[in-house]
Amino acid sequence: MVTVSFDSPVMQNEVAYILHEKERLKSEIIRVRGNLAEMQVYEDTSSLKIGEEVEFTGELLSVELGPGMLGQIFDGLQNPLPELAKQCGFFLKRGVYVDALSDSRAWDFSPLVQPGDQVRAGDKIGFVNENIFQHYCMVPFSWEGIFEVVSVENAAAFTKHQAVARLKDAHGKIHPVFLSQNWPVKIPIKAYAEKLKPGEPLVTKMRLIDSLFPVARGGTYCIPGPFGAGKTVLQQLTSRHADADVVIIAACGERAGEVVETIKTFPTLIDPRTNRPLSDRTVIICNTSSMPVAARESSVYTAVTIAEYFRQMGLHVLLLADSTSRWAQAMREMSGRLEEIPGEEAFPAYLESHIASFYERSGMVRLYDGSTGSVTIGGAVSPAGGNFEEPVTQATLKVVGAFHGLSRSRSDARRYPAIDPLISWSKYRSFIDENQKERGQQILRKGNDVSQMMKVVGEEGTSLPDYIDYLKAEFFDFVYLQQNAFDVVDEATPKDRQVYVFDFIYRIFESDFTFEDKNSALHFFQQLRQVFRGWNSAPWGSEEFERTEQEIRVLLRERMMKG
Amino acid sequence: MQKFYSSISQIVGDVITVEAENVGNMEMAQVMTRRGTSLAQVIRLDRKKVFLQVFAGSRGISTGDKVRFLGHPMRIPTGHTLLGRIFSGSGRPLDNGPELADNLVDIGGPPVNPVKRIIPNKMIRTGIPMIDVFNSLVESQKLPIFSIAGEPYNELLARIATQAEVDIIILGGMGLKYDDYLFIRDTLEEHGALSRSIVFMHTAADPIVECLLVPDISLAVAENFALAGKRVLVLLTDMSNFCDALKVISITMEQIPSNRGYPGDLYSQLAARYEKAVDFDTAGSITILAVTTMPGDDVTHPIPDNTGYITEGQFYLKNGVIEPFGSLSRLKQQVNANTRDDHRIIMDTMIQLFAEYRETLEKQAMGFEMSAWDMKLLKYGRLFEERMMSLKVNIPLERALDLGWEILHDCFSPEETGIKKSMIDIYWPGTHEN
Repeated sequence: MVTVSFDSPVMQNEVAYILHEKERLKSEIIRVRGNLAEMQVYEDTSSLKIGEEVEFTGELLSVELGPGMLGQIFDGLQNPLPELAKQCGFFLKRGVYVDALSDSRAWDFSPLVQPGDQVRAGDKIGFVNENIFQHYCMVPFSWEGIFEVVSVENAAAFTKHQAVARLKDAHGKIHPVFLSQNWPVKIPIKAYAEKLKPGEPLVTKMRLIDSLFPVARGGTYCIPGPFGAGKTVLQQLTSRHADADVVIIAACGERAGEVVETIKTFPTLIDPRTNRPLSDRTVIICNTSSMPVAARESSVYTAVTIAEYFRQMGLHVLLLADSTSRWAQAMREMSGRLEEIPGEEAFPAYLESHIASFYERSGMVRLYDGSTGSVTIGGAVSPAGGNFEEPVTQATLKVVGAFHGLSRSRSDARRYPAIDPLISWSKYRSFIDENQKERGQQILRKGNDVSQMMKVVGEEGTSLPDYIDYLKAEFFDFVYLQQNAFDVVDEATPKDRQVYVFDFIYRIFESDFTFEDKNSALHFFQQLRQVFRGWNSAPWGSEEFERTEQEIRVLLRERMMKG
Repeated sequence: MQKFYSSISQIVGDVITVEAENVGNMEMAQVMTRRGTSLAQVIRLDRKKVFLQVFAGSRGISTGDKVRFLGHPMRIPTGHTLLGRIFSGSGRPLDNGPELADNLVDIGGPPVNPVKRIIPNKMIRTGIPMIDVFNSLVESQKLPIFSIAGEPYNELLARIATQAEVDIIILGGMGLKYDDYLFIRDTLEEHGALSRSIVFMHTAADPIVECLLVPDISLAVAENFALAGKRVLVLLTDMSNFCDALKVISITMEQIPSNRGYPGDLYSQLAARYEKAVDFDTAGSITILAVTTMPGDDVTHPIPDNTGYITEGQFYLKNGVIEPFGSLSRLKQQVNANTRDDHRIIMDTMIQLFAEYRETLEKQAMGFEMSAWDMKLLKYGRLFEERMMSLKVNIPLERALDLGWEILHDCFSPEETGIKKSMIDIYWPGTHEN
C-alpha cells in the first residue's frame, strides 16, 4: 500500500507507476481521499522511499487481446512468463514488464468484409489461423454505434502494429482496426445480441459429475473442499478431458508446482478431439502463492476477460479458477490495509457482490451473427478448516448452478473423486435418464442410512434386504462414482459409455437377488466389484470390453431371481 | 552518509518509531542502546515516521537512543564456509567460530518464475515404510509434520535428516527448547551429518523478532546452494512458533486480525516461505520439511489449516506413528509409478483394507458380534500396525512391498483384496515359482 498526493485529476482504478531508481513499479489506485490517492502496488515494496515520484497513465488495468495467447503462460498482469524467464532467468525480477503479445510475430490475415459493409463492435473483420482455430479479428468491443468499412487489407501477413482495416463512424471520422485490442479487465465484454439460458451439458468425462451433478455450457459450478481432498487433481483432469474449445486455467494463489505440471505436460498430451497438443487450446494465468498479492486479485479478472474474448469468436470456453478463496483473501488483505471496517472473518463487506459479479461473467450468448459462444466457470474454493459455513463458500453457493462438495472422509478412504454425492447438487440437466439418475441417488441415500444404522445396531441387527441395499450402494460407489485417475481408460469416460454403463447398473439396482446369508451377499458383491473394475479399464468397444461384460452377465445370472 | 537519528517518538512492543528522512521500506538499521547495539528493520513508513522492528526487543530502549540506517535490506552470508556452523536467528555465530561476511545475499528474494521449475521426479528414500510405500517423499517437496506437543516429531525429523540422500541440510529452529536443540545437533553429529549441515537456531529464550527471521535466512542460504546445483533439505521446527511471532508483530502494528488473532495475510506469509521449495531447471533443489504443532490436535486451527493448503501434503504424527489417514504426499504419484509396478496397488489396497479395519474396531468397541470378515480384518489390522506402521521399522521400499503381499496373503483370499487378477497372478505369494 502506497499513498500519493496528486495535483491533476486521477481516476479510480487507474494504473500508475512508482518510479524508484531505475525501476517502474506498476500499481493501481484503489481509493481517493482529498488530494491523496491510495494505491496497491503489484510488486514487492521493499526499499521504496517517501517522496518518490509517481506517473499516472490515465488507463484502467487492461489486457491485450489478440492472436498469440493460446498455449501461453501469463502472470496475473498478463506478462508472458517464458519471455520473462528469457530476460531475467530463474527469478521474477520486480518492475520488469513484457508485452503480452509478440511485437514482431506476423499472422496471415484473410478479410471477411468489404468496403461499404456496415459493422459494429464485436463484428468479424477477418481472421488469422492460430493452431486449430480461425482467430477472428473483431471491431473493438468498446466502439459505440455503427461503422462503415472504408478499406480492408487483402490477404497478407500482418503484425499487431499494422492496421488491417479502416472504419468510418457516424461523424465521418476514420478509425484503424488492428489484430489486437485492449480491454479493461474489471468490465465485462457485452458485444453480443443476447444472453441465453445454459442448457446443453458440458461433458467432463468424470462419471460422478456428468451423470449425477452435471455442468452446463455457460453455467457455473464450484468445488469446495478441505486441503488434500483432491480439488486440484479434479481441476486438472477436467482441464484435460472437458469438451470445450478453449480452456483457461487461472492458478490463483496456489502452488507453483501444480502449474508446472500443467505447463510441462500439456504440450505432450494429445487432445483426442483435435489431435493437437492440449496446450494448443489452453491459456494459463498464473499468480502462484509467493507472487505479489495485489496481482492475485487481478489475475482472476484477467482470466475471465480472456475467456470472454474467445467467447466472442463463437467458441465454448471453460474457465477453471483455483482457488477463488485465495482471491477472496487477497481482497481481505487489501481491505485490511485500507483499514476498512471488516465483515465476517475480517472479509470485506463487498465480498459477496464481488464473487457474484465474477461468476455472472459466465454464460451462453448469441452473437450478432447468430452463432453462439459460452464461458463456463468452475471455481475451486478452499474453505478454512474444511468448514463450508465460512463466508467465501456461502457467497459462492448463492450464485453457482452446481455444487461439487469434496469431503475429507471420502478422500481419507481413498474414494476418488472425493465429491460427496450426499451433499452435492446441480441445477442442470444430466444426459442420464432422469428416473435412472433419481434411482441411483436414492440407492446412495438408502445405503448411507443403512450404514449409519449398522453403526448403532450392528450387522446382525440389520435385515438382509437392507444389507443388500447397502451393498448395492457401495457397489455403485466403487465401480461407477469412483474413477481411477491413473488408469488411461478409466480416467475419462465418454458420454455414450456413461449412458450404457449407467443403464447396466440401473438394471442391477432393479433386480432382486437371492442369498443364503449376509456373508454370501458380501462375497458376491466383492466378486462383482472386482470384475467390474476390470471392465472399467477395458477400452470402450474393445474385445476385452465385450468379454468382461459377458463375464459380469454370467455372474449376475447365477444370483438373480427371475424377472 | 552515516547519519544518526535520535528522535524516537514511540515504543510499542518490539516496534519503535523514529523520525527520519530518505529511508527505504524494509531497510536495516542499528539501534544503539545502553545494553549494546541491536539490528532493526523498517516495516512501515508514514511521512517522516519510520517504524522499526527491533531484533533484540525493545526492553531498555530509551527515547534518547540513537538509530543509524544502513541503506540496505537484511543480508546473510552464504557459501561453503557456513557448513558445520551454528548461528542465531539474526545470523550471529553461536558456536565459537568467526563472524562471516562472504557472498552476502538479500533475504526474502523474489519468487521463482514457474516456467523455470521442473516437475519433481526424484524420490527421497527414508527407510520408513509409512513414508516410502504410502506417502513417498519427493525432492523439492514441501511437507509439514503435523503433530501435537509430546509426540516424537523432532526425533522423526532428525531420523529423516540423517537417512535422506541429499547434499546439504539446513536446520532452522524456532522457539525450541534448548534440550531439543541439543538433541537434534547431537543426532546430526552422531550420524556424521553435521559437516554437511548449517544450523540457524532461535530458542524460546531469544527475542521474538529473531524467530521471524529464521525461515527467511535458512531459505536464502538454501537457495544459494540450490542455484549452485546442490540438493538441499531444509528442516524447520516449529513453524507454529513462527506463526505466533507473526501474530505478536501484527497485533503490535494494530492490524485487524482475521481468525483467532492471526493476521489476514498468514496464508501469504507462509506461502512466501514454503514456495521457496523448488526443483530448478538446470540447477539444484530445495526440499522443505517443517514441524507444525497443532494446538489441541485441531487440524482446522488457522496454522495447520493454512499450511495444509500451501504444502504438498503432510505427515500426521499421532500416538508415536505416522497416521495413514490424514497423511498425504501429493507428489507421490510423480515417483511411485517408477519404483515397482505393484507399488500403487499395494498402497491403495492396504489403505482401503486398513480403513475397513478401523470401522471394525469401532464396531467391536460397541460390543457387536464379529463376522468372519471382521475377524480377518482384525488380524490384518494388527499385522499392519506391527510390521508396517511402527516407526521402529527400518527397511528399504522393495522389502516393504514384499512384506505387504505377505501380510495380505496371511489374512485374505485374493478376490477379497479386490486386486486386479493380472497383478495377483504375478505377486500373490505361492502362485508362482520363486
